[in-house]
Amino acid sequence: MNDFFRIPLGTWVEGGIDFITVAFGGVFDLIKLLISSLYDVVNFVFTAPPFWVVIVIFAVLAFMARGWVFSLGSTLGFVLIVGLNQWDNAMDTLTLVLIAASIAVVISVPLGILAAKYRTVSNIMKPVLDFLQTMPAFVYLIPALTLFRVGDVPGVVATVVFALAPGVRLTELGIRGVDKEIVEAGQAFGSSPSRILRQIQLPLAMPSIMAGINQVIMLSLSMVVIGAMVGASGLGKPVIQSLSRIDVALGFEAGLAVVILAIFLDRLTASFGLGKGYFRFVIDSFPSRSGKPDDASSADLADADTINSSSPTVDEPAELTPPSR
Amino acid sequence: MPSIQENVTEEIAVSAKNLYKVFGRRPKEAVERLHNGATRDEITELGTAAVIDASFDVHKGEIFVVMGLSGSGKSTLIRMLNGLWDTTSGSVTVGEDTITNMSASKLRNVRRKRISMVFQHFALFPHRSVIENAAYALEVQGVAREDRLARAQKTIDLVGLKGWGHKMPSELSGGMQQRVGLARALTADTDVLLMDEAFSALDPLIRREMQEQLVELQQELGKTIIFITHDLNEAMFLGDRIAVMRDGRIVQIGTPEDILTDPANDYVEQFVQDVDRARVLTASSVMEPARSTVLAGAGPRAALKTMRDLQTSTAFVLGRDRKLQGVVRDADAMKLVRKGISDLSSILSDDFNAVQEDTYLSELFVPAVESPLPLAVVDETGRLMGVVPRVTLLAALGNVSTDTGDIILLEPPLTVPSEAITDVLETAEAASMKEDAR
Repeated sequence: MNDFFRIPLGTWVEGGIDFITVAFGGVFDLIKLLISSLYDVVNFVFTAPPFWVVIVIFAVLAFMARGWVFSLGSTLGFVLIVGLNQWDNAMDTLTLVLIAASIAVVISVPLGILAAKYRTVSNIMKPVLDFLQTMPAFVYLIPALTLFRVGDVPGVVATVVFALAPGVRLTELGIRGVDKEIVEAGQAFGSSPSRILRQIQLPLAMPSIMAGINQVIMLSLSMVVIGAMVGASGLGKPVIQSLSRIDVALGFEAGLAVVILAIFLDRLTASFGLGKGYFRFVIDSFPSRSGKPDDASSADLADADTINSSSPTVDEPAELTPPSR
Repeated sequence: MPSIQENVTEEIAVSAKNLYKVFGRRPKEAVERLHNGATRDEITELGTAAVIDASFDVHKGEIFVVMGLSGSGKSTLIRMLNGLWDTTSGSVTVGEDTITNMSASKLRNVRRKRISMVFQHFALFPHRSVIENAAYALEVQGVAREDRLARAQKTIDLVGLKGWGHKMPSELSGGMQQRVGLARALTADTDVLLMDEAFSALDPLIRREMQEQLVELQQELGKTIIFITHDLNEAMFLGDRIAVMRDGRIVQIGTPEDILTDPANDYVEQFVQDVDRARVLTASSVMEPARSTVLAGAGPRAALKTMRDLQTSTAFVLGRDRKLQGVVRDADAMKLVRKGISDLSSILSDDFNAVQEDTYLSELFVPAVESPLPLAVVDETGRLMGVVPRVTLLAALGNVSTDTGDIILLEPPLTVPSEAITDVLETAEAASMKEDAR
C-alpha cells in the first residue's frame, strides 16, 4: 500500500459516470429504448421462422460468398448447433452481434474517414483507440450497467465501445494507403473532395475497410458472450452458467456453438473484402454517377476543399523530393 | 522541332511569375531570405526550398519542357501550375485566370476547363475500365454518360487503343496504360496539358514511340504541353523550349539548340555533354558558308580559277537568287577552257547530295558517305545556304570547333596540279587577249 499519495482517479470517474447518469438519464433511456426495440425486430427475423428455413438461407448466403464447400460446412455447423440445443441462444447472440457491429461500423467508418483526412483528428483518435482496445473488456460492463441496468442493452453498448477500434484504424489506414497520385489525378481533373472520397478513396480503400468491418464483427462476437455477465441473452448465458456450476459438458457445447458462429461470420464477411463471388458488388457498388457537376451539390464544401487542395504546407514535408546534396 | 514551331503562337497560355515553394515551419521568412540572395543550403533551418524564383511564359501551342534531376523541384513546380500545391510566393496565370489565391471551387473550374495532367505512374483508376478512365474528366464536368463515353472513345482511338475500351487498366502493359492516361487528359479537351515525367516509367523503346506519338498528337491538336522530365534526350526531342532546373532554380531557358550550343553555365554544359547531339542539331546549325561557288553565267575560266585558288576540285554552280544548279569539276572545267567553250552547262553534274536546313545530323551521315563532296544545305526554294563537309559533321558531334584559325582546306582536293591549271588559264588568257586584239 502506498503511504505517500493516492490519486483517487477511480472515484472521479465514478463521480463522472454518476453525474452523467443523472444529468443525461433521458438520453440513455432513449438509447435503451432504441436498442432494445431494434433487438426485438432483428431477433424476430431469426427466431420466428423454423430453424431449417434460417439454415437454408445461411447456406445460400454462404454459397454466394464462397461456393459450395463453405455452404456445406456452414450447414453442417448450424445443424450441429441445433443438435447441441443451442439454436435459440445462437440466434440471440447473432442478433446482438449484428446490432452491435452495425452500430460500431456506422460510428467507426466515418471516424476513420475523418482521421484519414485531418491529421489532428488522427492524432487525437490514436490514444483514445489504444485506450478502448487495451482496457480489459469487463471494465466496460460496469458503467454500461449503471447507465442501462441489466439486460441486452448494456451488453450491446459495451460491445460497441470495445469493437470500435479496428474499424476506425483500418478505415484510416485504407484511405491513407490509396496511391497519392491517383488522388491527385482526381484533383487535377477538378473533382470535389466529396467526389474523390466517394469515387476514388472509398472504393480503393474498400478491401482494408472490409477487413476492419470483419474485425469489428469478430470482436463483437467475443464481447457479446462476455456481455452475458450483465444479463445479455445468447450463448454467453450457458457459458457463464457452466462456469459457476463447473459444468464441462454445457460449457463445451455452448463454446463450440460460439466457435461455429464465429467461423461462419468471419468467412462470410472476409469474402466481402476480397470481392469474391457474388459479393463483388460490395466493392463495385460505387457506380460512376452521371448527371450534375460537382459544385452544384457541394459548393458548401468549398472550405474543406481549401484545406485539402493546399494540404502539404506544414504537415507533410516528407512529400517533398529530397534536396540534392 | 522546327515543324512544331509552326503551331506556336504569341499568345501566352501559362505564365509563372517569381514562383517560390518552401516546405517547413517558416516558409515566408525563407522566401524573404532567398529573395535577398541566400542559397538553398543557408535556409535549411527555416524550411526546404523546392522551387526558387521560377518565372517563365509558355506560349499557346508550344511544348515547354522543364528538365532537371530528381530533387531539382520540377515536380513541385508543375503541381503549382494547376494549383495542386499552393505557392509560397509568386503567381501562376493560366489563360486569363490567375489561380494563385483563387477559391477552391473556382480553381476546380479552371482545372476542368483549362488544364489537365498526365502522371508519372499513370495514376489510372484501377477500379474503372479504360473508357471510364478516359471519360473521367467529362464525368466531373457533368457531361451525360452517353455523350462522355462517345467522346472518350474518340480519344481512345486517337491514342491507338481502339478495341481496348472495356479492359481494366491492370490488363494493359505500361505503355498502353500511359496511353490511357494521355487519353484521359485529352478527353478533358483543355488547352494546356501538364505531363509529369509521363514517359519515365516506360522502357526505352516504348518511350521513344510515345514521344513520337506525342509530337504527332501535338501537331494535330495544337495543345500547349508542359512536359517534365529528367531525361535530356527526351527534353531535346520534345521541347520547343527547355527550362533547365537545378536545386530549385531555373538556370536556363532556351531552344534545344541554344542549350546545346550555348549553355548558360558549367552545370548545363556538363549536363548536355551526354546528349545525343545528332538528334538535336540540324544541318543549318553546323553548316559553313559555301566558298567554292561560281555563278552559272561566269563561265569555266572563273570556275577553274576559283577552284585553283581554294585548292579544291569541285565548285557549286549557282543560278540567280543563289539557287543551286549543280557542281563542276576541275578536270572538266579545264577541258572546256582548253576548247574555248564559255558555257558551263555541258559539264554541270548533279553528282552531289543536298539536304534541307532542318535535317538532323543523324540523317546526314549516309549522304555524307555517299559522296566525297561536302553536303550542300539548301532551303525550301533550293537556294544554297551553306555546306557541311565531313570534318564539320564529325566536329559537331564531338562539340569542338573546326575553326582552327589556319588556312582552311576544302574537300575534295584538286585532282590536277594547280600549276597545270595555271598554265591552262594563262594560255586561255593569252588566246582571248589575241582574240580581243584582233
